[in-house]
Amino acid sequence: MAHMTKGAEGLRSVPALLARNVSQYGRSPAYREKEYGIWQSWSWAETSKEIEALALGLLNLGVNEGDFIAIIGRNRPYLYWSMVAAQSVGAIPVPLYQDAVAEEMEYVLDHCGARFAIVSDQEQVDKVIEVQDRLHQFEHMIYLDARGLRKYDHTRLHEFSNVQKQGRTARDEFSKELKARTAKLDYDSTCVMLYTSGTTGKPKGVVLSNRNIIETAKASSEFDHLKVDDEVLAYLPMAWVGDFIFSIGQAYWSGFCVNCPESPETMMTDLREIAPSYYFAPPRVFETQLTQIMIRMEDAGAFKKKTFDYFMAHARKVGPAILDGHDVGLLDRLKYRVGEIMVYGPLKNALGFSKVRVGYTAGEAIGPEIFDFYRSLGINLKQLYGQTEASVFITQQPDGEVRSDTVGVPSPGVEIRISDSGEVYYRSPGVFVEYYKNADSTADTKDAEGWVATGDAGFIEESTGHLRIIDRAKDVGAMANGAMFAPKYVENKLKFYPNILEAVVFGSGRDRCCAFINIDLAAVGNWAERNNIAYASYQELAGHKQVLDTIQAHIEEVNASIAQDEMLSGCQVHRFLVLHKELDADDGELTRTRKVRRKIIGEKFEDLVNALYDGSDTVYTETEVTYEDGRKGKIKATLEIRDAKVVPVTPQKLAAE
Amino acid sequence: MKDTEGYVTADGRQIGGTLMEMRNITLRFGGVVAIQDISFDIHEGEVRAIIGPNGAGKSSMLNVISGFYTPSEGEVWYQGAKRPPMKPYEVARQGVARTFQNIALFEGMTVLDNVMTGRLTHMNAGVVSQALWWGKARNEEMENREKVERVIDFLEIQNIRKTPVGRLPYGLKKRVELARALAAEPSLLLLDEPMAGMNVEEKEDMSRFILDVNDEFGTTICLIEHDMGVVMDLSDRVVVMDYGKKIGDGTPDEVRNNQDVIDAYLGVPH
Repeated sequence: MAHMTKGAEGLRSVPALLARNVSQYGRSPAYREKEYGIWQSWSWAETSKEIEALALGLLNLGVNEGDFIAIIGRNRPYLYWSMVAAQSVGAIPVPLYQDAVAEEMEYVLDHCGARFAIVSDQEQVDKVIEVQDRLHQFEHMIYLDARGLRKYDHTRLHEFSNVQKQGRTARDEFSKELKARTAKLDYDSTCVMLYTSGTTGKPKGVVLSNRNIIETAKASSEFDHLKVDDEVLAYLPMAWVGDFIFSIGQAYWSGFCVNCPESPETMMTDLREIAPSYYFAPPRVFETQLTQIMIRMEDAGAFKKKTFDYFMAHARKVGPAILDGHDVGLLDRLKYRVGEIMVYGPLKNALGFSKVRVGYTAGEAIGPEIFDFYRSLGINLKQLYGQTEASVFITQQPDGEVRSDTVGVPSPGVEIRISDSGEVYYRSPGVFVEYYKNADSTADTKDAEGWVATGDAGFIEESTGHLRIIDRAKDVGAMANGAMFAPKYVENKLKFYPNILEAVVFGSGRDRCCAFINIDLAAVGNWAERNNIAYASYQELAGHKQVLDTIQAHIEEVNASIAQDEMLSGCQVHRFLVLHKELDADDGELTRTRKVRRKIIGEKFEDLVNALYDGSDTVYTETEVTYEDGRKGKIKATLEIRDAKVVPVTPQKLAAE
Repeated sequence: MKDTEGYVTADGRQIGGTLMEMRNITLRFGGVVAIQDISFDIHEGEVRAIIGPNGAGKSSMLNVISGFYTPSEGEVWYQGAKRPPMKPYEVARQGVARTFQNIALFEGMTVLDNVMTGRLTHMNAGVVSQALWWGKARNEEMENREKVERVIDFLEIQNIRKTPVGRLPYGLKKRVELARALAAEPSLLLLDEPMAGMNVEEKEDMSRFILDVNDEFGTTICLIEHDMGVVMDLSDRVVVMDYGKKIGDGTPDEVRNNQDVIDAYLGVPH
């Protein structure tokens, strides 16, 4: 088995990759963070020293091999170092979502039995302190930002820089132990444990080994030719597998630099300053950006707006073809060049996309119009399909084969098969080890041969070999008349409209589809301002007659488009209402990665769903909401329910069944 | 009356000796007596509030402290020495910074530039050097910029660093004012109604920042405020004024139970 534990080119762990990077790229930047208005940077050599000091400090605090160390905070170099330092001493890093409320943290901290936590600031310290009495194993907490924490009891609380300082002081005592522990790490030791966002039920701890992470990082880095001089901006939650692969896996494999924004509010400015060459964002980020561009163009002068519209129309026509290297006439190319100078270049610069060589979107389906918008500007935006359980990559789109309706071909090393029921299965070196302390779920998801069920329904296009995802397998259902019901498909079409932030479509087992709509406050608010419509609250704006008219028009357009699709024409939305509150992860309606929790919403707003189907014109409802500080309150509202025009079609049976 | 020993607050903080002492201050404008024979002290490291109904003379008192008004009678003792009549900028050089009740920022300048003006008392490069952006002026500006950036980070206004102040909402402008005062690294910070006109959330934020400033930098703070809830929560000791006279002085609890104070706030039939 000796060769099994050797690993890719003898690099068996993240600390081993770090050592290689120090010797190969010692002086190139590994991390940057904007602080005090200036980008501070750390080379790989400096990074290694910082991590070593922290690792020694952790030993000094009594971290044992196999301990779990929770890491909570926004993307900061210090927290990335914490993950690698934890690995160096044989402990397992468990990054948590920083916006989770205390009870959610309690569940995870208790489930993995974390003895230590490394957190960013007072806010996170307070949350952990709130629950730590109920956590038997919990011992020490380390924090980064000392602000507001001076008066706290410091018997179990330590400042990050102090832990490092103590580590440096105790170097002679512990460095042998540290070396021994780091050397012990092999390809099958646990690299990280990540909790799934949990669209259904409690989060599950996904155990990923060094093999999973390093093999995946290697394959995907080669796929997109990532190099040491690439730049990424780390701004997505550290608890999410994607960030772990990009900012740790690929960054350590390829040796590129991870840039951390100054604060969440300055993200866009920081993005512009860094101009990453490799960029990742969920569809929501692209949607929000597009919405903002459109809002600002609405406010622009007539000349600017005309120029923008003219060249964008041209970009939509030829941009994607130019990007894919297809034949495009000389005149069109020339016009595109002019557009580049007039519109596309400045726009990309303003968005921070001037240097993007490879951009990915994943997590949810992206609206084709949004996707094409970015590609038409010459941004090489591609889709990938992945899961925590796969260490992200299942399929991805190769350059030149990018389409908005597929998620690409199997990533290197990944095998895919479609089960009889239409569910997508995969097998790869990245497949997770197990769900921690949950053998049943592990067995349900992963079979003896290593095939993992994705939970998504899809099929492989015969002509191209690309995978197409229809919907979550458990969400795809049949309507009362037997027609196929795929809510996500409809919701995604609705969400393309800037005014619609979120949509939830019901209809499984029913005779027709109905929908909840969430308006986008930024877009609708801007519209209200321009049309002199006064409103005092989200609720009031959401209930405004003209807003309802607009939404109704959007839904009717979507209905017309759905009617074109033979298989799904039965999914047209017959009735809808605009929700009086924004769906929120704090209320359990969305996951922390902002995916709709369909079942919970259906149960929580049962009265509204019933009203949609019983034909009433209005419905009165009271909803409990959780404020950011954890307090609860109630919103009362009377909502108007509207009928939307549908295009008549003859219902069709599912062809496959 | 002179107490240089300091004391320990209810929540266990050690407060230092006397930083400033007002001795029998009287301030007259012609026949109007704005302040009448008031004495109190401010200890190093404490949050000292001056409260009172409208027209009680609170702002006049703050203006005496900041050197804008010279008292008609009485003495101001600062850092153990009697302060001769001074211009406000001279007082500022001694380490007293302030914010204003009605925001007094440069609306057309960015947040960063506004906060940089707080460092003015710490800059002394010559005109030529500054005009040429060379030598001393350059080094000085870099040093000062770093100090300013720490304040910006502390008050969490990084995202509006380059935004002209005129475009900011009221609550943020107040925070920028605080930033400018803090940039001067004052030993005594005077806040004139820091919460006036704010909503509950903005008040909570501002309270947090005031406590953090006091806690983190050990800055002595003297503030005027109308919102009694805020005052009672924030301050270590409170001076109560009414019609130019001092009617109470002590911890928030002592003041709250003081009959004169209750009468002044609720009104009594005369």
